[in-house]
Amino acid sequence: MHVLIPSPLHDYTHAPRVDAHGATLAALLDDLDRQFPGIRFRMVDEQGRIRRHMRCFVGGEQIFALSHPLDGAAEVMFVQALSGG
Amino acid sequence: MAAPLPVLFIATRKGAWLLHGDAERRRWRLDGPHFLGQIINHLVLDPRDGQTLLAAASTGHLGPTLFRSTDLGATWQEAAQPPAFAPSADGSGRSVKHTFWLTPGSADEPGVWYAGTSPQGLFRSEDGGNRWAPFSCLNDDAQYREWMGSEQDGTPDGPKLHSIQIDPRDPAHLYIAMSSGGVHESTDGGRSFAPLLDGLAVVAGFPRDQPTFHDPHCVRLCPTLPDRLYQQNHCGIYRLDRPATTWQRIGEAMPAEVGDIGFPLVLHPRDPDTLWVFPMNGDDVWPRTSPDGRPAAYCSRDGGASWQRQDRGLPAEQAWWTVKRQAMCADAGEPLGLYLGTTSGEIWGSADEGGHWVCLARHLPEVYAVEIGYPRA
Repeated sequence: MHVLIPSPLHDYTHAPRVDAHGATLAALLDDLDRQFPGIRFRMVDEQGRIRRHMRCFVGGEQIFALSHPLDGAAEVMFVQALSGG
Repeated sequence: MAAPLPVLFIATRKGAWLLHGDAERRRWRLDGPHFLGQIINHLVLDPRDGQTLLAAASTGHLGPTLFRSTDLGATWQEAAQPPAFAPSADGSGRSVKHTFWLTPGSADEPGVWYAGTSPQGLFRSEDGGNRWAPFSCLNDDAQYREWMGSEQDGTPDGPKLHSIQIDPRDPAHLYIAMSSGGVHESTDGGRSFAPLLDGLAVVAGFPRDQPTFHDPHCVRLCPTLPDRLYQQNHCGIYRLDRPATTWQRIGEAMPAEVGDIGFPLVLHPRDPDTLWVFPMNGDDVWPRTSPDGRPAAYCSRDGGASWQRQDRGLPAEQAWWTVKRQAMCADAGEPLGLYLGTTSGEIWGSADEGGHWVCLARHLPEVYAVEIGYPRA
């Protein structure tokens, strides 16, 4: 499936869109980390929680659990909520 | 072979810079930015090999990480396993918000580094900073977790573990400090710790016997007299000569109108009686500015019995910056060179032990840390 990558993570992917696979969000993140080592820990903390400013959308719906199934999803969008100065 | 030249490693709120000095420490060349826009909390060159450079990085929006360079920042590699707490089965465990403090290990243990994090955690690497692991009971011990307090008890950008000091005679003998949480000693390589708080004041109204309410800002161990520790605390300046366990408040000899509140504390690498502090205004709402808008270092050459003001060259008035706990250091020169980075983005240096100060760089982001290093090819 296509994965939209927010700009602060382009140092890892060198592209705004990449292809990755996984039956769940956790598996998708594992595949991203296999392709782009280190990217997962910037997005998800060591307790399995999506980091504070990271948002994930599948089919227009925001998802929060790494166990969320991605069956049939064509695209997963990671979006960075920017704040601060 | 020419002696290695000094480099100042500058960590800021929005990136890192390297300031290259000449042999006379008169001309300085600024290199950077590295990691523009990323928060760099600490940038440290390994004095054992003169090559391995570690940068503790995060942004406001991504998880924390560490970068390594062996060519003075020409290229960087991300650590394969940055500091992270052990996962908990029920998801209630802590997560590292940022790595705050980096300490290279003993000369007897090449490749070993320690890291202190926010929230308070202690981590160790044995491969030059590439892979980090929790190893200390401090991270998960129920008593220590209670002493660390909550986010409400910590510093404004999060409670942190800092001031990791290693006894040069024994790499298993460590001291660490936590804001909040107090000063603690380990004799088993950091696996377990015990509090070292006798004699330290706390904010009026809090109980002194509870580590949660102790806020050491910076602790340093004398390299030439490792039984001596100095401390800049939220509540004064202290000295401790082991095996005694009661800190002596040496800041009471500071001028009353300046006080003995501040963050950084720098030791002379060859003289255990000489140290510097950089006081700030800790009145009422804690402005964290130079007292009266007139910044100055204070030097003691008698172990804290007396202090001399050192402000020649620094702004004489209307300068409301201050210096954070990691943003002041000394080099190895003779006479000793001193350096500090300000919250307003300036780097100041003195090539005569604080007698005269010169601005070496300005218009940088808020400076979080300044460290000296002598790179070897």
